[in-house]
Amino acid sequence: MTLSDGYPTETIIGLEVHVQLKTQTKLFCSCSTQFGAPPNTQVCPVCLGLPGALPVMNEHAIDLAIQAGLAIDCSIPPMTKWDRKQYFYPDLPKGYQISQFDLPICADGFVKITDDNDPEKIRRIGIIRAHLEEDAGKSMHDEASGRSDSRIDLNRCGTPLLEIVSQPDLRSANEAKNYLTELKLRMTLLGVSDCEMQEGSLRVDANVNLHIDVNGEKIATPIAEIKNMNSFRAVEHAIEHEIDRQYDVWEETGKTIKDESKTTRGWDDATGKTFLQREKEESADYRYFPDPDLLPIRVPRERVDAAKASLGEMPAELCQRLQTQYGIKLYDANVIVNQGRELIEYFETAATTSGDGKRTSSWIQQDVMRTLNEKQIRIADFAVSADQLGELLQRVSRGDFDNARARDVFSHLIKNAGTVEDAVKALGIESVDSSEIETLCKELLDANPQVIDDVKSGKKQAVGSLIGQAKKKNPNANPKQVRETLLQLIEQA
Amino acid sequence: MLDSALEVLRLQSRGEATAVEIAAKAIDKIEASQGSINAFTHVDRELALMAAEAVDQKRRNGEPLGPLAGVPVAVKDVLCTKDMPTTCSSNMLRGFRPPYDATVVEKLRQSDAVIVGKTNMDEFAMGASTETSAYGVTRNPWDTSRTPGGSSGGATACVAAGTVPLSLGTDTGGSIRQPAGFCGVTGLKPTYGRVSRYGLVAFASSLDQVGPIGWSVQDIALLLQCIAGYEPRDSTSLNLEVPDYQAVLQSIDMRGMKIGVLRNELDVDGVDDAVRDAVLSSIDIFRDAGAEMIEISLPHSSYWVPTYYVIAPSEASSNLSRYDGAHYGHRVPQLDPEKAESLGPLVATYCQSRAEGFGAEVKRRIMVGTYALSEGYADQYYNQALKARRLIKGDYDAAFSQVDLLLGPVSPTTAFRLGDKIDDPLQMYLCDLFTVGANLAGIPAISLPAGIDAAGLPLAIQLQAPPLAETRLLFAGAAYQAETDFHKLRPDNFGS
Ligand SMILES: [Zn+2]
Repeated sequence: MTLSDGYPTETIIGLEVHVQLKTQTKLFCSCSTQFGAPPNTQVCPVCLGLPGALPVMNEHAIDLAIQAGLAIDCSIPPMTKWDRKQYFYPDLPKGYQISQFDLPICADGFVKITDDNDPEKIRRIGIIRAHLEEDAGKSMHDEASGRSDSRIDLNRCGTPLLEIVSQPDLRSANEAKNYLTELKLRMTLLGVSDCEMQEGSLRVDANVNLHIDVNGEKIATPIAEIKNMNSFRAVEHAIEHEIDRQYDVWEETGKTIKDESKTTRGWDDATGKTFLQREKEESADYRYFPDPDLLPIRVPRERVDAAKASLGEMPAELCQRLQTQYGIKLYDANVIVNQGRELIEYFETAATTSGDGKRTSSWIQQDVMRTLNEKQIRIADFAVSADQLGELLQRVSRGDFDNARARDVFSHLIKNAGTVEDAVKALGIESVDSSEIETLCKELLDANPQVIDDVKSGKKQAVGSLIGQAKKKNPNANPKQVRETLLQLIEQA
Repeated sequence: MLDSALEVLRLQSRGEATAVEIAAKAIDKIEASQGSINAFTHVDRELALMAAEAVDQKRRNGEPLGPLAGVPVAVKDVLCTKDMPTTCSSNMLRGFRPPYDATVVEKLRQSDAVIVGKTNMDEFAMGASTETSAYGVTRNPWDTSRTPGGSSGGATACVAAGTVPLSLGTDTGGSIRQPAGFCGVTGLKPTYGRVSRYGLVAFASSLDQVGPIGWSVQDIALLLQCIAGYEPRDSTSLNLEVPDYQAVLQSIDMRGMKIGVLRNELDVDGVDDAVRDAVLSSIDIFRDAGAEMIEISLPHSSYWVPTYYVIAPSEASSNLSRYDGAHYGHRVPQLDPEKAESLGPLVATYCQSRAEGFGAEVKRRIMVGTYALSEGYADQYYNQALKARRLIKGDYDAAFSQVDLLLGPVSPTTAFRLGDKIDDPLQMYLCDLFTVGANLAGIPAISLPAGIDAAGLPLAIQLQAPPLAETRLLFAGAAYQAETDFHKLRPDNFGS
């Protein structure tokens, strides 16, 4: 990119993404990982770091990490181990975090992303490694009151995280967002993580600097690590802000990567600015060493093969299949796939039953997803099953009733349990037999002869007013059928 | 009676004593000895009598009784007990009550043992004299001007003083065997992983192991049986069946057993003549019992102590990070305003809480370990020590391909005078010269009483065995004790 008033620059971005793995229990104890419990109610001697308590590895987390690693084309080395990363902080009760230092569970992968402006352009983003670690607790500082009170909630302490570290291959805020979207999609599709950013189950650190081309000489600005962002929007904006800031600082001070070591910055959503948290990143010495309380983990080939076999389709393949199998557009396939496995399955079941992929896709994107959003529920808890929606839409396609009547049935199904047939009956919807429709249409044409002339002179849409009237006289009259009957009668007239 | 667990069991089964009578007697003796010996950091008469009463009740009702029914047992204060404080003899954990029992404590309770209290130790098990305890030194019942050894000094002194027949100690670099030797009792360090470490407050996780202390091999076999075994809460515990330790003691025959004598150890500078003689005469005893004795050496034994004093402090520096004053344990009551200003309240709280809570030896080891793990130094120290550890283990593997057991001294000297070495850490560390090898290699080892020197102080010998060969140690130990009466020697005033 080029700043309008300056030298050409290239932005260099690497992301560290912390994904919370969807295990029932924590990484090294049997406490629940459920979000939202009252503070310090999901703790035990192990995650509280009490004297004498020992960690026991959660095998399920290993399986999820392997799946996640395979989904981003990582290799899974045959041996991995646990290390202690040591630092003092009140939300870290042991004084060290159990993490992985030199032998991560996943190494050397990549994901492909597309450019928003040029969907044909595919970029390959390298992934250095993905390692498992336990989360820390949450500190809540009450500085506003002028007192130095701090409260600590250790519920989150020990929750399994997979930290995915990308190569510095990203070149813009938009690419960073697309990379994150792709990662999130793969993790949610696999079911290895919910990636609920509001709940902190996906958190992002971004390493950013600029390569400024000054008359052919490449100058690198000092690297800033922007920590702990928890929305894609924040990541995009923070990177955009950081690009401008680093350019301005360079113009002002001339400082390059050689003059200043990596700094740590935070992102303030309210001001839309990054701010300095810590200087001199190299002063942190975590004194990593192998955790003597835990054994190294051997990952046999068969375990990796089993994980591979259970992976299923990744997003690109899935979109391709939905397009060809159900005749929907790429955009629609993307929207559905982005919602994750449960919704994809819902779509496929409903589309198969209805026999009309396009109609099903549009209903799901509008009516179903809107209801889920309004009610803040997941598709698994939705009152209308995929089969019911399929049956409903099949009847619309068949011409039993129109979309508007179908929406009435849909609303009825949401409020009252029961079959589609029950709902149709309850609403008094009956298919009207064709002689009845014909009689109705004849009456309408007799009363509105000018419509016949209009249609005959080429204005077919003139029948529209009669369809409305027909619906008033008989709410069960199918508009499509009414329209066809009217046109037929006019032609015969 | 309080010097034999088997006797305590017999008296009860014959109806000659009740568990309550025995427990009361043990507590009386503990209280009488506290002034002169100070083996305990905590004693609970009421809890002990309640536990004993429950045992008597079971017996009266004809209910099945555990293998340690009514036997008073003392527990080193590094093992978590939910009904008693667990302090590691540190001010850092003064009054700390864990919400759970260590696995070994749970197992004691399941065995119907009567836990009488917690025994004194070097602070966080760091020391060889029990002088680094924040609760006063423990004195040796054979000579109260001398140390009982350490770090399990309270655990061995309480047995030697005749207050309880059995106690649980822990051994990271010799902390069961050296004090057992100094106190003239029998102590065993099991194979790493044989006994669960859950609830053992960690000093050096890759070396720590809980083990039994008593007068005779028969008694400690009984206690080992109760505490050994796999436990899923400790990932390093071994998922292997536990042999019947008493059964192997039924018929003792040393014929066919090959014992390698670590002759080199006897020639090391600073080894007492009496210590050397005790080992030499044990060679004859084993030979007479039918064993084949050959000389053998472990080539890298000169690296044991340096290796140990890198690995153990490194792990300790990490394990002790949790004592930061934030969550439990000692917190500085009042921040120094200057420190609060210059460091900020959080870091000042850490610094001052740890400065006040830890003693000098603990601080020394935290600093050594922190240094050894630091960027730029880890390769020279910690990683180098790991390599040396592999060589040391290789030596043992090679030796055990030739012999069944290794015989040598426990410690270079007998019990030294209190105060003699406390200001000289290097001298203190040399107490571990012959014991740390077993910890580095993860193998089992036993300390056996081997007589009394001219000063009236206990002597001891050490046997080491391949991983999981505790049966062999017990077997050979029983053979030795069948031929000798050293384990029947008692300090003066023992009966009083
Ligand atoms: Zn927990």
